[in-house]
Amino acid sequence: MHPSRNLMRHVHGWLLLTPAAILLVAFTHYPTIKTIIDSLFSKGTVIRPSRFVGLANYESMYADPIFWKVLYNNLWFALGTIPTSIILAISMALLVNRAMPGRSFVRMAYFTPTILPMIAVANIWLFFYSPDIGLIDQISSWFGISGHNWLGDPKTVLPAIIIMTVWKEAGFFMIFYLAALQHVPPELREAARLEGASRWYFFRRVLFPLLMPTTLFVLINAVLNSFKLVDHLFVLTKGGPDNASNLLLYYIFESAFSYFDTNYAATLTVVLLALLAIMALVQFFLLDRRIHYR
Amino acid sequence: MLNILKKTLTGTTMAACLSIAVAGTPATARADTNLTMYYPVAVGGPLTKIVDGMVAGFMKENPSINVKAIYAGNYNDARIKALAALKSGKPAQLSVMFSIDLYELIEQDAIIPFDDVVKTAEDKAWLKSFYPTLMQNGVTRGKTWGIPFQRSTIVMYYNKDAFRAAGLDPEKAPASWDELVSAGKKLTKSDGSQWGMMIPSTGYPYWMFGALSMQNDQVLMNGAGNKTNFSAPATVEALQFWKDLGSKYKVMPSGTIEWGTLRKNFLEGKTAIMWHSTGNLTVVKKKAKFDFGVAMLPANKRRGTPTGGGNFYIFKKTTPEERTASMKLIKYMTNPARSAAWSMKTGYMGVSQSAYDNAKLKEYVKGFPYAAVARDQLKYATAELSTFQTGRVRKALDDAIQSALTGTKTPEAAMKEAQATADRLLKAYR
Repeated sequence: MHPSRNLMRHVHGWLLLTPAAILLVAFTHYPTIKTIIDSLFSKGTVIRPSRFVGLANYESMYADPIFWKVLYNNLWFALGTIPTSIILAISMALLVNRAMPGRSFVRMAYFTPTILPMIAVANIWLFFYSPDIGLIDQISSWFGISGHNWLGDPKTVLPAIIIMTVWKEAGFFMIFYLAALQHVPPELREAARLEGASRWYFFRRVLFPLLMPTTLFVLINAVLNSFKLVDHLFVLTKGGPDNASNLLLYYIFESAFSYFDTNYAATLTVVLLALLAIMALVQFFLLDRRIHYR
Repeated sequence: MLNILKKTLTGTTMAACLSIAVAGTPATARADTNLTMYYPVAVGGPLTKIVDGMVAGFMKENPSINVKAIYAGNYNDARIKALAALKSGKPAQLSVMFSIDLYELIEQDAIIPFDDVVKTAEDKAWLKSFYPTLMQNGVTRGKTWGIPFQRSTIVMYYNKDAFRAAGLDPEKAPASWDELVSAGKKLTKSDGSQWGMMIPSTGYPYWMFGALSMQNDQVLMNGAGNKTNFSAPATVEALQFWKDLGSKYKVMPSGTIEWGTLRKNFLEGKTAIMWHSTGNLTVVKKKAKFDFGVAMLPANKRRGTPTGGGNFYIFKKTTPEERTASMKLIKYMTNPARSAAWSMKTGYMGVSQSAYDNAKLKEYVKGFPYAAVARDQLKYATAELSTFQTGRVRKALDDAIQSALTGTKTPEAAMKEAQATADRLLKAYR
């Protein structure tokens, strides 16, 4: 090929990439780098300007009991929401994948929580959970169980929030499983039936492995969401009581906008970024190898 | 092709229309001074209309001043937006912000004291015309930085029907901690269908606690904003009492009580007494299906409540003309007649004695005496918790209160911890 023509092709290619690259650099890469740099400086005010402090922010983070508390909470939040919502999503998808009366209605009902904004969901659940007047306590009072302060008790607040998040997320993941199930050839089921495989065996050895690519996708999303979703905390608990429901991202928000300590918030953000990067890499490299793609 | 031509044509026409519209504006407005004011309410709410009406009235009286009110959400949002605007170099000239943001704003060198703007003897007298208690959160280092506008206190709402049913005098609200407990015991039903009282402990626990500690004759911080009294014996005692209401006397649900659903609890009769902001008065008046009363908070060693709400601030990055114009606007918005009207429409307090001397408000109070409870309580009031590093200090106290109420720590241990945190944060400011 003519060299100048080849050059033109390269220029052309780069020109096509430029708009996306500019957006990516401006809104993803630059902020990431700036965050890391900010985390090495002290909080600045007009009276005491910001200065380079090295790893001092990381040291105070290490000594900050609230940081460890929110990290611990986030771990439980992830463990509580991810497996449950995936199992629930698969079950719901299997259920509504069959021929049954009112199928589209049930599908829609399962999907409804997903289309509601998180803030609206939290407002609804705030009244579900509120002691005595809430839906949950009113129902339990029929059975003679006295009211419980679900969001006001450090022991129950995190589980309460986990249940709400599962309710919100499972329907979303169901849609992906439903789409994947529609692509499973019906011959497989027929063959399995002929061979005398039980339903559970068929699911375990045929269906679930075929759904693995979807599961990987859903898993990555679920993990990201367990660190990204904090909207409900603004409405439900503001992280309380005594940080019992505080999560990492909410603590970052508090540090940046309630305490105006953007540098400490940057430090926390670096931790969040590192955590997410590690988890995404693990998922891609470890799980991806075991997945059978058709 | 035709389509593209069409699009271009429409585009040009629209651009032309726009430029005419833009060119038309300066000719009609003739404004010499432009003011941008941040205001902490949600866009489109009922308060927006009232503020818009006041601003329009001001511009009518002062055609040379053009005011743009920007509704910035809640107090937190307003502060974030105002400070962000400051950093971007396009600041507003004045703003209503949380009264307790004072030290943060001073530290950011964002605001000027009103002492720099007032010149005449008349202006100086104006500065003294507000209730001194409402000025506490606006004065430090011997200067006045904030002018009260959207202000409130905590009051006690009680269900008179429930009082009658429990054999209590509905015209006599509990006036002391002991009376509160004994009334609470009578009002609490054993089946859990009605609690004696509720004090909210999410959202703004430090605010409610400011009342309890003041009633125990202990303020939470000093006037310079660099020292807190969280571990003082009287403070710990106040927290112990709050906890005891739930765990010992059983007149209040144990654990934390949600700020956001409390009003509904009261309106549905789930609690006979609630402590809440005066800002709820108008809504409770409209929605309560039972006979209700409003009273001052009870006393232990004395009565007490913190004030709350928003003050006017003038930003530093302003020209002398803008400062004078801002002063004019603030004077207009806080003058007795307007303050009285504002109080009647919202339930917020009138900010000066002369506001309550206003004939219309006097008439209103005669028909609805509860509108004056906040004013009468003012003589027992104190400043809301506000220090340097106020967000973190407040959070330390909030966490301590919640950990004591939920039983994870004893009040004494929790408050000691909060005091240690506050000491560490404030050391640099002493």
